[in-house]
Amino acid sequence: MDGRELVERLRRVVGDRWLLLDEHDLRTYESDGLLQYQQVPRLAVLPGTAEEVRACVEICAQEKVPWVARGAGSGLSGGALPVKDGVLIVLSRLTRILEIDLDNGRVCVEPGVTNAAVSAAVGPDFFYPPDPSSQIVCTIGGNVAENSGGAHCFKYGFTTNYVTGLEVVLPDGELVTIGGKELDPPGYDLLGAFVGSEGTLGVATKIWLRVVPVPEATRTLVAFFDSTRQAGEAVSAIVQAGIVPGAIEMMDATTIKATEAMAHAGYPVGRGAALLVELDGAEAECDAQFAEVTTICAAQGSDDVRVSRDEAERQLFWKTRKAAFPAMGRISPNYFVQDGVVPRTTLPDVLVRIDELAAEYGLTVANVFHAGDGNLHPLVCFDAAVEGQAAQAEELAGRILDVCLEAGGSITGEHGVGVDKRKHMAKMFGEDDLAAFQRLRCAFDPDGRANPGKVMPTPRLCGEVPGVYRQHPLEAAGIAERF
Amino acid sequence: MPAKRAMTTPNSIEEAAATIKELSSQGATIRPAGQDSRKDWGGDDAAGTVTVHTGGLNRIVAHNPGDFTAIVQAGVPLADLQRHLGREGQWLALDPPDRGGTVGGLVATADSGPARHRYGGVRDLVIGITVVLSDGSVARSGGTVIKNVAGYDLGKLFAGSYGTLGLVTQVALRLHPLPARTATLVAGTEDPAVLTRAVLAMSRHPLEAMSLDVSWRKDAGRLLVRFGGVTAPERAAHAAKHLADNAVDTDVVLDDESIWAAQRAAQRGAAVVKVSALPTDLPAVIAAAGAATVVSRAALGVSWLSFPESDDLADRVEATREALSPHQAAVLDGARLVDAPWPEPDPGTLALMRRVKARFDPTGTFRPGTYVGGI
Ligand SMILES: Cc1cc2nc3c(=O)[nH]c(=O)nc-3n(C[C@H](O)[C@H](O)[C@H](O)COP(=O)(O)OP(=O)(O)OC[C@H]3O[C@@H](n4cnc5c(N)ncnc54)[C@H](O)[C@@H]3O)c2cc1C
Repeated sequence: MDGRELVERLRRVVGDRWLLLDEHDLRTYESDGLLQYQQVPRLAVLPGTAEEVRACVEICAQEKVPWVARGAGSGLSGGALPVKDGVLIVLSRLTRILEIDLDNGRVCVEPGVTNAAVSAAVGPDFFYPPDPSSQIVCTIGGNVAENSGGAHCFKYGFTTNYVTGLEVVLPDGELVTIGGKELDPPGYDLLGAFVGSEGTLGVATKIWLRVVPVPEATRTLVAFFDSTRQAGEAVSAIVQAGIVPGAIEMMDATTIKATEAMAHAGYPVGRGAALLVELDGAEAECDAQFAEVTTICAAQGSDDVRVSRDEAERQLFWKTRKAAFPAMGRISPNYFVQDGVVPRTTLPDVLVRIDELAAEYGLTVANVFHAGDGNLHPLVCFDAAVEGQAAQAEELAGRILDVCLEAGGSITGEHGVGVDKRKHMAKMFGEDDLAAFQRLRCAFDPDGRANPGKVMPTPRLCGEVPGVYRQHPLEAAGIAERF
Repeated sequence: MPAKRAMTTPNSIEEAAATIKELSSQGATIRPAGQDSRKDWGGDDAAGTVTVHTGGLNRIVAHNPGDFTAIVQAGVPLADLQRHLGREGQWLALDPPDRGGTVGGLVATADSGPARHRYGGVRDLVIGITVVLSDGSVARSGGTVIKNVAGYDLGKLFAGSYGTLGLVTQVALRLHPLPARTATLVAGTEDPAVLTRAVLAMSRHPLEAMSLDVSWRKDAGRLLVRFGGVTAPERAAHAAKHLADNAVDTDVVLDDESIWAAQRAAQRGAAVVKVSALPTDLPAVIAAAGAATVVSRAALGVSWLSFPESDDLADRVEATREALSPHQAAVLDGARLVDAPWPEPDPGTLALMRRVKARFDPTGTFRPGTYVGGI
């Protein structure tokens, strides 16, 4: 194929300045947050409007070139990894907040707006609940593609529970609106299908989100336990009591040690587990439940429960939790962040199993996780300078997912499949399941140009669109009578 | 001569798959059915369509109280499921009118009740789904954990698909604790504008209410805000303060079950129009309703307009839909009265829906011609 035509056509759409061809410029985009995968795209465009995005996608369709959409590139599964001969469509210039309608609890944004900017725009009375730890940088477009979650999702739900409408550029270059500002439009829930589709069904160019009032009260505590098993049982007891905390986060001994060295929150190094519990809601209900949580933690063996006295102390508790990933860099030269899910009640046993595996491999695995919804983030530590250790660590990270699946869980709770977890998909889904996924993909992208090579374990083609669409077939009557 | 309606009731997912494969290979059309509690919703099925009943798929496969999840076959009656879960102090937080039919029917119609305000709808509570497609393949998406982003979310695609993509055979569900007690704040007024201001005043506050409804009948309206939890009565009384400047009479009702039963019941009628709008559209929705009663999930902007029996019912329904335009308004109960129970979707969106239908059901086996846009 003659690439000059493609380049010139794209240049006419976005202009010289926003077309990147130079290897040096393109290197910026060779990876997302998962650095072990690198691929320089053939070229990148940075369109400035939805119409420019549409035109770029249409040109790719006409020139038969694959493309990948990219938000902030903070993804942790290689979802925004470019394809070698493809175009990278970078959405970082689409940062306008188009409408704020607090009477109706809605905002409408362009895809490049960051997650944190949405809450900032509707504050101080309202907020946007899904809060990935990366919220200062990650984009709403990326959140939609990954169905991102965060610490507060156990109570508040995930991205998919907050998106009411999307404007989408389909891979053939057509612009469609699915859902909107209003709920329940009749017809298939294409919105539900698109959210979490990892950039494989089209590019979201406009997003309507639901925002909610900021809770009246917030109460936060950290309880320390001798073991993750004790802490895990405290989590179960809290949830069993019918309490739905805004967040319940757990850190194990290794993580406490690493984060304390960085955040200096006065956490007792050497304790087996720390449990951060945050309750929010109506003042009266919050106070009643907070007393109950404190009692439960004590009953499950915690002799050290610290209640935040003010906002500064609350922020310190959270800073310590959020320091977990960067702090790990201080105790280990390298680490992989795994993302698996297990039913909450299996947490204690699964943690033991992970410890056994770590011992078998002679590697350290630190555990920090969203305990309420059983979403584990084991950090598998290794030293890349030691021959073969990276491969060992990767194998161990994979074995941890097997443990999650055996417990009835999932291979990913929030980071997505991307390129990284394709190989695990067939462990979770059978051939008929994958074929059904492919049907959805083919409905949106029959030529397979949107983010090819992601999500599905093996490349698949779409068959022809089946023949003429059949309505009321009259002959059915006769056949039916045989039953 | 009217065609003889045939039906079959498979007793397992495998049997359902074999039956569907055979029927579709013979060119038959299929209508999945539970208890037929919403049988008249959607368009008419083709003559000779075979009904595949889910009555034999009636197992509660698992209930994991500690994880607040359950795995349930499609034919399980909702009322039976709720009774089972209630023994552990839990429920599936969906409270549609009547007894709610079967779980499969509930998923297929995405029907809901007042609890939608707090807990979301079917799409928000289905965490995994198993379906049989027209080629007999049995496909599963999601899983049994509440947080999971592996693969595409077919549960949402099938929620509200009215049996036109395939047969839903089993779902995994997220459950919630039953509230320790409830209390409802009731505020009355005869002025739709005052009522709407009261709704907006409420939805600006972080009340964490279970339900926030409006009821309008015979020129008078009520705002109903239900609280759950140990402090429910105090919270209801406290919430009344937000209405201080609103010229409405308020009252807190502790024994509130009948209030909500009435709200649910008013989502059914001789003819029911369901309209998608915004909270600020409430006065326009009330004005368009005419003699119909209005049940509104007021903070969500979704309303049900229920018409009593009358000679000119079809004309009234159409006049109301006309007045509601451009809001999307579907006719549920009484769909046969009108030419087109579904509103006309945007052409681009409809084309995409057709492509989805063509991929999932290429033989046009499942209820052809009955869905939105003639799908
Ligand atoms: C330190 C750190 C902490 C994190 N914490 C969390 C967390 O708590 N919870 C969580 O869920 N995730 C977390 N993540 C992962 C990541 O931030 C999220 O997946 C985020 O949603 C990605 O957004 P992005 O803008 O960076 O998307 P990118 O990485 O650029 O892209 C992600 C995917 O989205 C697609 N995409 C991007 N924009 C669009 C669009 N407009 N239309 C269609 N597809 C699009 C891409 O093709 C790609 O497949 C974390 C990451 C880091 C680095």
